[in-house]
Amino acid sequence: MKSSAMLKIENLKVKVVDKEVLHGIHLQINPGEVHAIMGPNGSGKSTLANVIVGREDCQVQNGNIKFCGKNLLELSVEERALEGIFLGLQNPVEIPGVNNMYFLRAAVNSKRKKNGLDEVDVMDFVEIVKEKMALLGLNESFLQRAVNDGFSGGEKKRNEILQMLLLEPKFIILDEIDSGLDVDALQEVSRGVNSLRSPKRSMLLVTHYQRLLNYITPDFVHILANGKIVKSGGRELALQVEKEGYSWLNTKTIGDEVW
Amino acid sequence: MKKTPQKAVEKLAEQSYQYGFVTDIAEDTIKAGLSEEVIKFLSQKKNEPKFMLDWRLKAYKKWLKMTPPTWAHIKYDPIDYQKIVYYSAPKVDKNRPKDISEVDSKLLETYKKLGIPLHEHARLAGVAVDAIFDSVSVATTFKEKLTEAGVIFCPFSEAVQKHPELIEKYLGSVVPPEDNFFAALNSAVFSDGSFIYIPKGVHCPMELSTYFRINAAQVGQFERTLIIADEKSYVSYLEGCSAPMRDKNQLHAAVVELIAHKEAQIKYSTVQNWYPGDKNGKGGIYNFVTKRGVCQGKKSKISWTQIETGSAITWKYPSVILEGDDSVGEFYSVALTTNYQQADTGTKMIHLGKNTKSTIISKGISAKQASNIYRGLVKIGSKAKNARNHSQCDSLLLGNKCAAHTFPVISVKNKTAKVEHEASTSKISDEQLFYCKQRGLNEEDSIAMIVNGFCRTVFQELPLEFAVEAHKLIRVNLENNA
Repeated sequence: MKSSAMLKIENLKVKVVDKEVLHGIHLQINPGEVHAIMGPNGSGKSTLANVIVGREDCQVQNGNIKFCGKNLLELSVEERALEGIFLGLQNPVEIPGVNNMYFLRAAVNSKRKKNGLDEVDVMDFVEIVKEKMALLGLNESFLQRAVNDGFSGGEKKRNEILQMLLLEPKFIILDEIDSGLDVDALQEVSRGVNSLRSPKRSMLLVTHYQRLLNYITPDFVHILANGKIVKSGGRELALQVEKEGYSWLNTKTIGDEVW
Repeated sequence: MKKTPQKAVEKLAEQSYQYGFVTDIAEDTIKAGLSEEVIKFLSQKKNEPKFMLDWRLKAYKKWLKMTPPTWAHIKYDPIDYQKIVYYSAPKVDKNRPKDISEVDSKLLETYKKLGIPLHEHARLAGVAVDAIFDSVSVATTFKEKLTEAGVIFCPFSEAVQKHPELIEKYLGSVVPPEDNFFAALNSAVFSDGSFIYIPKGVHCPMELSTYFRINAAQVGQFERTLIIADEKSYVSYLEGCSAPMRDKNQLHAAVVELIAHKEAQIKYSTVQNWYPGDKNGKGGIYNFVTKRGVCQGKKSKISWTQIETGSAITWKYPSVILEGDDSVGEFYSVALTTNYQQADTGTKMIHLGKNTKSTIISKGISAKQASNIYRGLVKIGSKAKNARNHSQCDSLLLGNKCAAHTFPVISVKNKTAKVEHEASTSKISDEQLFYCKQRGLNEEDSIAMIVNGFCRTVFQELPLEFAVEAHKLIRVNLENNA
């Protein structure tokens, strides 16, 4: 069982701007599993997501992260991405003037190059993208706009999911993908995510509310508070949080939201 | 934890100026130095009519009394004008090759290496090229096709012989010799350049292009370009340039004059890639250029697009005088400076006619220790009723040792005018870089993509082939900065 882990985090301590945010995280995610990390604001959820993908402002103090047996901490952000780790951001940045289609194709080609494949044929790519967009309820004009520039909150989230669908990552982290989405949008986004569920792919959903988990059912739920996983369980744990909030965890101090 | 791509970057940096080779060819070169005799020699060499020589000498006399401008935000050691060679040309038996088959194969090879094939079968589709090598034009392609349409596109020296009446009428009519120090110098010693005349009602059937190449050491290149678009005509002109890598600075002082008659349109695009000097600021071209167009007729239009990535110093302000009512002037610019490059560039829009309109979009990118200046003048004359201008100046800084400055001047003498100026300065954010990298793009690709995005509104104005070239150029020039 141990050797088959996709992601394995051991005693991870992380500092952000001189303040320790994660105080010793242990987490193992096996192929095919969907894990949810829940917790109050400032508990370190986003830091956990960011440290896995290698954001430079997360300074690892202790512990390690292994991905498919490889030591992730030795890899750069882009190398981790090319290993198949994808982070869907809560509030993705705008890149003015860069055509969304161009960006998508560059990302896909970068991955193909790593796998020793030729660049994707432009016409073929357009067809693939259109098919994925239909799944997310996006229209074609979306492709001609600049990356995230002037996108509504919902459009940004859908764009993240679109990228995810095209890159077909091995391991998907979604950071508050549900925030600011209405029910229709949430359903479309979830449909996209669920379409990628497979025995070979794992996911880590970071969320404040359990609402998302009605649409994407996790195998495991972990509660993160004050930089530690204080409780792990199944789907029922999320429902308990919904009913009782986080107060029952008896967390006295709640730190500042870092991300 | 973070793997630095330093090695890869260094490797790329070494190949960053791809056009730095020297062509080993016998050149007819005169001694360095400037005097009346040199000008007379030059004029005689070109078999010029008397009016041309007189014009040169008059300019020379004016130049002697002038001093180089000091208002620009650039630093360089004084130039010794007696150390410059004012004429150098590849040796040929005849005065000028009549067709490509007579052009020296070394020259053809040079232009092929530069990506400008001159041979009939390999020519750029739909683009006629005039190739200027040091002081002379070595070849002009697609002459027959253009002649059919009535378009005159030839080396300046040839135009002086064949169309002296047009030269006499228009030369210096937009940029008079005494306009500034460098224009006066150019007027005295200009060697060659391109001449274009588009007759009434003719839509030029292809893009016209000049490729300027400096080869010989110590040579100054002083070319003169004159474009006349007669009533209701249209022309799109492209200009490209490069030079060998040398550790001494070389001077390039060109003058470009454009005249647009009633309802005529001139679109002038430049991709300037002169050798910028090495990473310690040694060598490189000093580019002191005067470019100006006049929208003489009603509803005429002149549009400048420039991509400035080369030169150690760029001093250049392509301008438009909006004389005709309802005329339009445009200036789109991307200036990229890195290492110790200095660019002081911008435009002047002089509104004289009624309902005249101008647009200025300037994108400055500076990296490493480079300095990038936008300098602009928008002038609305007292008779320019309902004149409009919109200016947008954006600066992008890469790193923390570079600088960007903007010096916009607005002068309005008519109450009905509307002038807008927008400016921004930004850096590539860590967020943007992180985002691109998280999607699997490496640092160099990410930066190039973000910078190209920043330049997009200007690139859109370029003819397609040049737009592709500009994308590549930005990338290559950025690669030693990642």
